[in-house]
Amino acid sequence: MRVTRLPGPRKVSSANVTARDPALDNLDVIAGESATASEPVAVVGSALAKPRRRDRGSPLEWVRGGGLTALAFALPMLVIFTAFSWYPITRLVVLSFQQTNLIDPPTWVGLQNFREVISDPLFATAVKNTAYFAGLALLFGYPIPLIAAVLISESRRFRGIYSALAYLPVVIPPVVGVMLWKYVFYEPSSVGLFNTILGWFHLGPYGWLQSPGTAMPALVVESTWANAGATVIIYLAALTAVDTDLYDAASVDGAGLWHKVWHITLPQLRGVLLVTLILQIIGTAQVFLEPFLFTSGGPANATLTVLLLVYQYAFGNSIGVGFGDAAALSLMLAAFLAVFSVVFMRVTRSWSTR
Amino acid sequence: MKFTRRATTSAVAVASLLAVCAGSVSSAAAKSGSAGATVTINVASLRPGSSDEAKKQFNDNVALFEKQHPNIDVKPVEYAWNGATFAAQLAAGRLPTVFTVPFTDARTLGEHRQVADITAGVKKWAYFKKFQKTIIAEATTSKGRIIGVPYAAYAQALHYNRALFRQAGLDPNKPPTTWAQLRKYAKQISDRTGATGYAQMGLNDNTAGWIATTVTYTLGGRMEKGRGTSATATLNNPNTVQALNLLRQMRWNDKSMGSTFDYTWPTINQAFAAGKIGMFINGSDIYTFLVQAANLDPNIYAIAPLPLAKNKNAGVLGGGSIAVVRPDTKGAKLDAALKWIDFFYMEKLIKKPAALRDAKILVANKQPVGVPAFPIFNKRQYDVANSWIKPYINVPINQMAPFLRGIFKQNLYPEPAASTQSVYHALDPVVQAVFADRNANIPGLLAQANDVAQKAIREGN
Repeated sequence: MRVTRLPGPRKVSSANVTARDPALDNLDVIAGESATASEPVAVVGSALAKPRRRDRGSPLEWVRGGGLTALAFALPMLVIFTAFSWYPITRLVVLSFQQTNLIDPPTWVGLQNFREVISDPLFATAVKNTAYFAGLALLFGYPIPLIAAVLISESRRFRGIYSALAYLPVVIPPVVGVMLWKYVFYEPSSVGLFNTILGWFHLGPYGWLQSPGTAMPALVVESTWANAGATVIIYLAALTAVDTDLYDAASVDGAGLWHKVWHITLPQLRGVLLVTLILQIIGTAQVFLEPFLFTSGGPANATLTVLLLVYQYAFGNSIGVGFGDAAALSLMLAAFLAVFSVVFMRVTRSWSTR
Repeated sequence: MKFTRRATTSAVAVASLLAVCAGSVSSAAAKSGSAGATVTINVASLRPGSSDEAKKQFNDNVALFEKQHPNIDVKPVEYAWNGATFAAQLAAGRLPTVFTVPFTDARTLGEHRQVADITAGVKKWAYFKKFQKTIIAEATTSKGRIIGVPYAAYAQALHYNRALFRQAGLDPNKPPTTWAQLRKYAKQISDRTGATGYAQMGLNDNTAGWIATTVTYTLGGRMEKGRGTSATATLNNPNTVQALNLLRQMRWNDKSMGSTFDYTWPTINQAFAAGKIGMFINGSDIYTFLVQAANLDPNIYAIAPLPLAKNKNAGVLGGGSIAVVRPDTKGAKLDAALKWIDFFYMEKLIKKPAALRDAKILVANKQPVGVPAFPIFNKRQYDVANSWIKPYINVPINQMAPFLRGIFKQNLYPEPAASTQSVYHALDPVVQAVFADRNANIPGLLAQANDVAQKAIREGN
């Protein structure tokens, strides 16, 4: 980030270079928390890595070195992840190459499930819709928590109340939240909350969820409302780690709020911002709850997402027989997200760590 | 056809798919007990949450059956049909020995061998040959195997609100008999009362396609020809176009359909019971649901046959419930399962003492007796069975008179035989497009839907 226009911020940016970047510490914390799946891998890796290192002696030495204790500590996680995560994932991969009716032994069908999914006209629709949801969620949902967090952190007196209010929707059970929006806010008749308000201005009533044009934005608005609070809390935590000396220095140099945000807050938060960005993209690519409960994918397939299509393959019309197709589509989504995450991390690595 | 299964689970997604798969495919065949040994069967009893009296009455039935068959031990299991639950129970080998499914799903389950083939057993029954042909067809696979016992049937019907009829200046004893009349009445109700004149299910959970198919049948159209995976989809026939045009006119020209276009099975029933809807289409047996689950005021209720076009193919779509046996049941256990089906589901339709017993149980539990259904066997048998229970009838039979008079003059036709749910599902987005866009290209959308349905039929989905 080049800052040449103002004398003040230049100083700020030099301070920025020398200051130890607290945002990075936050990044590690958040990454560690969010990616719990990778944690036990690391544990296992360190527990099993020792005996493999032949240069340093026998298994006996590994035992003497506390290897058994390490293994004992890792065991509960190992068992749980094997039973509930790795084994099902393996089964999923196997199933995506099989045809089953859940009774007879499954038959191997090669790539037929993948071909069936790709040739399904709804596949392209679902991918487009999911990308649209993710795009809209990025547009609405990404900046709002950041703005909210900056504003809340500026308010000294009511900070607690504001952050509690921002977090409130997260506390409401997701299904209840959707029902609230569906039957109170988005109610299509003139008694709906939004339609009542618009009615004062002689507008509407609108069928928010019943028109293909407005259905998806309506879902994204609810989803943003429901999820923003969690991100706000992350940003608030990250903001407390920003060295206040930087702001004081900027104030001395005559920088206003906007300049402070642009030249101090954002650069300091960039590690966290990148993590929340990738987490949001992964989350929205798997959106299921909102289309499932609001619209079942309608109207006219306008909100049919990839995961909803997976669900429909598995449980929709012929029971069990579509499990192969569902597994194939799940696998494609997982593979896409894995590749996407790796590329994202590579591309942004230099930026996030400078 | 019950659609509860679409709206139950919330965050199923990949996680639950994985969990289901983790349960591994079970093929453990139940070993049949030797003669004389006690056989245990688990049977579907009542929906979870049923009243204590209902449970007691069910258990009385079980006790009576066990007395008649000392070497059969019957264990009741709470049960409600739900596709996702079924898949999990099937994969884990935890299905009850005897359970029930809607007509809509039975044949697909049969084609995939997910329920037992009971052909040999049921053909020995004295009354097997008396089944209506269209009814037993619902439990017959494309290869002619019998995979279940139909025990209850309904015809699609027009339900209407007598109070709104009166308020709109219409005679509540004279329901519409043609589609043109229905359209006119809907507009009149909408204009004069402000309520929705006519509503139609429109959710993307196969209900939209189901009712669109119903209307198409009344105009003489069909959704497919042939059986099994070689059936031909005919969704884009002129009668479907006509049915959707009718919908378009009511929605956009007459504006007689209110503002809610994503009704599904329970929600449309609830809206009707709440007095918001003048007329709508659903199965003839929904009165029970309306009273028990939607708090209907019986005084506003009336039911009529659907208007049929003057066309020799025009008819009424039927539906119902089938008792099935879990796929790995064999030998003595299978015999016991069939005996239970005969005792619990069928006897009351053909034997007076059993019919009286059943009616008494229902009345004692304040359950409706005399809800309009459709004969499983011939009409005469149905009338005789109804005459037995006449003293127990507790539904407003006079308000049901238009239906009871008219329905037996109509031809009842079964649902599309191959990939039934997939055919409905292919139609869902077309119905929704008509609701959302007054200029929707109906023939074009139907052509696309036809391709989708054809693909599902070919792949056996």
